[in-house]
Amino acid sequence: MAVSEMREKGWRNDGRAKVTGGAKFTGDLKFADMLHAVPVYADYIHALLTGINTAEAEKSPGVVRVLTYRDVPGANRFGQIIRDFCIFADDRIRCHGDVVAVVVAETRAQALAAAALVRVEAEPLPALLDPEKAMQPDAILIHESHGSNIINTHRVRSGDTEKGFAAADLILEKTYTTPFVEHAYMEPEVSIALPRPDGTMEVYGSMQHPFSTRRFVAACLGLPLADIEVIGTPLGGGFGGKDDTAAIVCARTALAARLLNRPVKMVYSRQWSIRESYKRHPYKVDYKMGLTREGRITAVDCRIIADGGAYCSVTPWVTWRSTVQCCGPYVVENVHCDTFGVYTNNPVTGAMRGFGSPQMNFVIESMIEEAAEKLGLTGIALRRMNLVRQGSTTITGQKLEGHTVAMEQVLDKVLEEIDYQNKLARCSHGRGNEEELYGIGLAMSYRGVSLGAEGVDFCAAIVNVQADGSVLLEAGVHENGQGAEAAMSLILARELGIDVDKIRYRRSSTSVIPDSGTTVASRGTIMGGGAVALAAQELKQKIAVFAAPELACAPEEISFTSNQIIGRGGRSLPFAEVIRGMFQKQQFPYALGVYRAPQVSWDEETGQGKAYFTWVYGCQAVELTVNRKSGKVRLLNAVACHDVGKAINNTMLLGQYYGGMAMGTGYALHEDLHIDGGRIGHTNLNRYRIPRSTDLCEMRAIVVENHDPVSPTGAKSIGEPSNEIMAPAIANAIHHATGVRYYHLPIRIAGTDVPEEAQKRGQL
Amino acid sequence: MKLTVNGVTHEIDAGLAEMRLLDWLREELGLTGAKAGCEIGACGACTVLVDGRPVKSCTRRLRDVAGKSVLTIEGLTPLDGSLHPLQQAFLDAGAVQCGFCTPGMILAAHALLLRNPAPARAEIRQALQGNLCRCTGYQQIIDAVELAAKSYQK
Ligand code: FES
Ligand code: FES
Repeated sequence: MAVSEMREKGWRNDGRAKVTGGAKFTGDLKFADMLHAVPVYADYIHALLTGINTAEAEKSPGVVRVLTYRDVPGANRFGQIIRDFCIFADDRIRCHGDVVAVVVAETRAQALAAAALVRVEAEPLPALLDPEKAMQPDAILIHESHGSNIINTHRVRSGDTEKGFAAADLILEKTYTTPFVEHAYMEPEVSIALPRPDGTMEVYGSMQHPFSTRRFVAACLGLPLADIEVIGTPLGGGFGGKDDTAAIVCARTALAARLLNRPVKMVYSRQWSIRESYKRHPYKVDYKMGLTREGRITAVDCRIIADGGAYCSVTPWVTWRSTVQCCGPYVVENVHCDTFGVYTNNPVTGAMRGFGSPQMNFVIESMIEEAAEKLGLTGIALRRMNLVRQGSTTITGQKLEGHTVAMEQVLDKVLEEIDYQNKLARCSHGRGNEEELYGIGLAMSYRGVSLGAEGVDFCAAIVNVQADGSVLLEAGVHENGQGAEAAMSLILARELGIDVDKIRYRRSSTSVIPDSGTTVASRGTIMGGGAVALAAQELKQKIAVFAAPELACAPEEISFTSNQIIGRGGRSLPFAEVIRGMFQKQQFPYALGVYRAPQVSWDEETGQGKAYFTWVYGCQAVELTVNRKSGKVRLLNAVACHDVGKAINNTMLLGQYYGGMAMGTGYALHEDLHIDGGRIGHTNLNRYRIPRSTDLCEMRAIVVENHDPVSPTGAKSIGEPSNEIMAPAIANAIHHATGVRYYHLPIRIAGTDVPEEAQKRGQL
Repeated sequence: MKLTVNGVTHEIDAGLAEMRLLDWLREELGLTGAKAGCEIGACGACTVLVDGRPVKSCTRRLRDVAGKSVLTIEGLTPLDGSLHPLQQAFLDAGAVQCGFCTPGMILAAHALLLRNPAPARAEIRQALQGNLCRCTGYQQIIDAVELAAKSYQK
């Protein structure tokens, strides 16, 4: 099939396996002589761990061994930033999801029966559940070695906010809060570890980051990285959520396999998955904005507090993005922002689709609309007055240049597609007698692409052409379900001018390709695709040099298309034939491509710098109704427009739009873990309510393609942008329907909210 | 106790009567297309058809389905290496991302189309509401079911 046709049809290399049930997820794998392991928790939130009695459990039928922190030969504590994550609880229990032991038995049923017999002795400590209390200097320390419950701080200092507020005609000051959010990937964590005769360990798992997993496993076992091979298997969803905690599940499994010298499988139940895995950070944001009468933003002062839960995970990185993007896609000269990531005894929080932006966008895009209303302007007019444009300077002093700043383009497309202005005039604002109140709302964002100044940002790809002209490809990005492997294959097919079915994407292994970091921050396509494009260019160079004499032209004149290698004047040779010739002369068509992200910079003191090497721009709008009596929200229509740079696989790209919008809808309206006293109340999918087909409406996706020169393929990213503005668009639509503004997610509308609040509003 | 799976009848030991259908399919028959996502009947990842109706196999014991006929995703797949029109439509419409929900989703859609070969989009939504998907937002899943419907109409 031609590449263009593949693009339209959403080709995926793993498609057939996934629709036939043939795809083997980790939980579907079995190995001879395999043992089964299960975790053991203790019903404490914060406690000194004084004893773990495993004697009873060990005597239970079928039990082979019960493991605790005492059995860890390497490091029991590990982490990507701070090494505070406990493989097993050792001195203390710090949250309800801490694992104190793992029971290993011949069958899973036997392991489960024995797990109930493990006795934990502990002395409860006061539980710190409110980050603001945990920040107080007299609060007891959750990690004494850290010296403070404040995990990290970030700041932005720009201009002079005092002057800025003095110049304002309107000053708005509000507090917003957002909840813990469960990723709710459909596949709970699972892992299998297989000890090999040569002393190395093979690891399979439902994890997002093979290299990160390898680091956790190697640290726990006290082995060199080369001794651990993490092998990719189909992953049943990640959304940022299968990093640290999923890696630790793999580490515990590998530990059991190492000590018992048998394959071990650990399958998580949904309840354990929700209990133990990290969540999206809840934020409390105090936000103050000053504006002139005409609508120009003169200053922003904000204080962001993120509940990091019991362990650091990637809290410093998540909160960094929030800080850099704390004013949304607007030019604000005077900014003062203080951000804190804080340890508490709540469930641990870490990476989740959006990575610190969904919280802030809810705040900013709510306040923009509220300010506009107070000034008697439309939200659109206010936005236009302040939006970043080509050449604008961001709040961190970065000049937006070298790519198309498409903010107004995406806004205009959405306004037109959904007929925003006309529909805005029809909104109910809580008035009238209709049962169903109607509203339309919109939100916008810009988003720094990839990791930004807090991470080392590069990615590798290996293209290895075989003697018959078939091609093996591997890139350092992980297939999380988004179609990354298919996208990489399509990029390579286009570069080499060959059919995509000649390309086999290798099953990924950490032992083959250089550690390319993690497939996070929607960086798969730009970074992985960049590496593939560079590898292809290097390969083409080798092939061209070889083929040039036969085609009687210079290597530079050679092009690659339709499975042919084409020289001057229409002379050409089949791709496969040239490759065969190269092998005969021992010239191997093999290339390693490494894409390094362009330079970025950051000054922690002032919060100034070129934070990201490029940006994406997006706008989404929603129409909905709110039932006046029940408060029930029904979505009617949703439109999203993003500048993705370039579409690699159209159908899959649209899937990223819709999936992100759906997840954003859950964030706005449904999802609540019901955490009480550090314990999660809703530990399964009956109570933790992710959107169903009937909760959503028809969605429309508009793709803008302003090819980005910094990206070798022109492509940028979409996975997170699509997710980060749905909640504020819904919040704004609800406001236009009811006349009520909600400052907390998920939005709960009591039937009584509407008439009362709308009256109050009338008196303002 | 007898149970037919994908056209093959199995004689089941009475001692297994209490075993969950999901576990039996996965562990004993190696039919791992049905997945465990919640094990309490809330997600639909374990959906199979029992006498043509979608059933969450995590909520059924073998004794509940004795004498009946079960269809799993493996049974829907043609033996000649081609794809069932619904499977093909899922690929063409981009309805597959991680694929964990896909087998259950396809079977639930198959049951719908057998019953109603020309469903409106709202009816498709309704029929799939017991099958959760975290990846796709359902938009392209509904597209796929619409696309496949034609092949059920003859
Ligand atoms: S596993 Fe059966 S419904 Fe979720
Ligand atoms: S495709 Fe991942 S849950 Fe549906």
